Amino acid sequence: MATAIRVKDLHKAYGAVAAVAGISFEVVEGECFALLGPNGAGKTTTLEILEGYRDRSGGSVEVLGVDPAQGGRDLRERIGIVLQSAGIDRELTVGEVVALFGGYYPHPRDPGEVIELVGLGEKRQARCRTLSGGQQRRLDLALGIVGDPDLIFLDEPTTGFDPSARRRSWELIDSLRALGKTILLTTHYMDEAQNLADRVAILAAGRIVAEGSPASLGGRDVAEAEISFRLPAGAGLADLPPLGPARPRLDDGRVVLRTEAPTGALHALTGWALARRVELEGLAVTRPSLEDVYLRLTGGDR
Amino acid sequence: MSTQTRTGSRPATGPLLLRQVRHQNKLFLRNPFSAFFSLAFPLMFLLLLGSLNAGQTLEARGGIPYIQFLTPGLLAFAVVSTCYTGLVTGVAMNRDMGILKRVRGTPLPASVYVAARILSSVWFSVVSAVLMVGVGVALFDVEVVWRMLPAAVGTLLLGAACFCALGMAVAALVPNGEAAPAVANFTVLPVVFISDLFFPMDAAPAWLRALGSVFPVKHFALALEATFNPLVTGSGWSWGHLAVVALWGLAGVLVAVRKFQWEPRSPGGSRRRRRR
Repeated sequence: MATAIRVKDLHKAYGAVAAVAGISFEVVEGECFALLGPNGAGKTTTLEILEGYRDRSGGSVEVLGVDPAQGGRDLRERIGIVLQSAGIDRELTVGEVVALFGGYYPHPRDPGEVIELVGLGEKRQARCRTLSGGQQRRLDLALGIVGDPDLIFLDEPTTGFDPSARRRSWELIDSLRALGKTILLTTHYMDEAQNLADRVAILAAGRIVAEGSPASLGGRDVAEAEISFRLPAGAGLADLPPLGPARPRLDDGRVVLRTEAPTGALHALTGWALARRVELEGLAVTRPSLEDVYLRLTGGDR
Repeated sequence: MSTQTRTGSRPATGPLLLRQVRHQNKLFLRNPFSAFFSLAFPLMFLLLLGSLNAGQTLEARGGIPYIQFLTPGLLAFAVVSTCYTGLVTGVAMNRDMGILKRVRGTPLPASVYVAARILSSVWFSVVSAVLMVGVGVALFDVEVVWRMLPAAVGTLLLGAACFCALGMAVAALVPNGEAAPAVANFTVLPVVFISDLFFPMDAAPAWLRALGSVFPVKHFALALEATFNPLVTGSGWSWGHLAVVALWGLAGVLVAVRKFQWEPRSPGGSRRRRRR
């Protein structure tokens, strides 16, 4: 697999403030890579350096084999950019603006097809000023893909969407990946990263604090499981059977147990409950969610 | 990867520029303000001042009809409105909205984008001029001095180019789109009143005339007015005035090239508009 994006020890300072403080990552062709992090973590700065909008203070970056700071028309013919916020000529119709932008590229997609893809088929004749925020965002997406780029940058593509519009956009982004496109996206939605990305890097204060597949991020796949249930009436913690090395604790009427061996603990627990003919209400086995990992790593839980 | 198998070649510059000019023209016509200020406003002045001063002659210009002076003066005004005011406000507002930034991220060459905006402004200057001369001929018996027509057209185009360059330069300098109309009007309005546009400045105090001569509007207006003055002999080119106009235009180009920006000045500017 060829590398589509290579970032090495990237730094960007605005005056004395370091927006990006030495990050490195690689995205291979055909991969969907997400930069996840809170506002001000350096996601957009990183993206805009890769898009060629911003220069860097240090480090090296390569996009489709060239330095985006020097990449001219050749590079821009192969990338599609969906900025976090960019204006549109309000008096043009959706059809006109998509056709206009398609004309900038050597091998554009069919404008009508792209408009259908983003779900704006009924708005084709509508002036851009009449679009809602979410519709405008979908138009942004249409303009990002009308040139049929190899690599697509998406800066918070679904911020402000209602759940159904978000799901449609996810399907669209998935379909782009199916076409072999490389996608780099930023988001502060955990579920978006989990649904779309092959790999995620969590950014906090200009640094990557974790990187990996959404399932393994932050050691999530090997972390302790948490068993919890409501304590049956008339029983106390002391009545519970031995559940392995870990000690259960009581949290607001719920028994919570962290264990590396949930299978044995569950077996003992359910056997005990059956023998006593009680139901373990609200029984759940969970592992830390991506959100837990995220909050821990970005310091958001403090 | 997939690029190699795809067909299609880079769009040629000529058709690309033509499409972009047509796009700008469409935007111009769909924006009631730009259409009004460039086309209707100068025409209104012509109808108003032409009717009010019907039959008047101008002693300061050897007794020619006032309308022979007023018409080219208002042509100059239309060019300044279309090219200078139009570009200052249009470009600065588009920059604030993030339209320029979006375009910058596409393969459209910056030169094509800028050239299209300028050519569109020049085009509407010409449209405005044809419209006004037509109305002048039809209603006020304006005389087109045919031997000086090439000079009239040449002067108009040079002036349009100069005020486009100045428009791009000032657009690059204004802090944001909200300030742009104020800056454009504040720089234009006082100047047009001391630039022999609506009436000759012969009776004005010397310092005011000297002040007017500093700016390009007066030289542009005088050069254009000469081409409509039947008493002027020869082909009607006012090289001295045109040199001043060209010099200003050149200064505009230098500033524009150095200072032009594609991104909103303040991040707040674009964020505000996102929630419209």
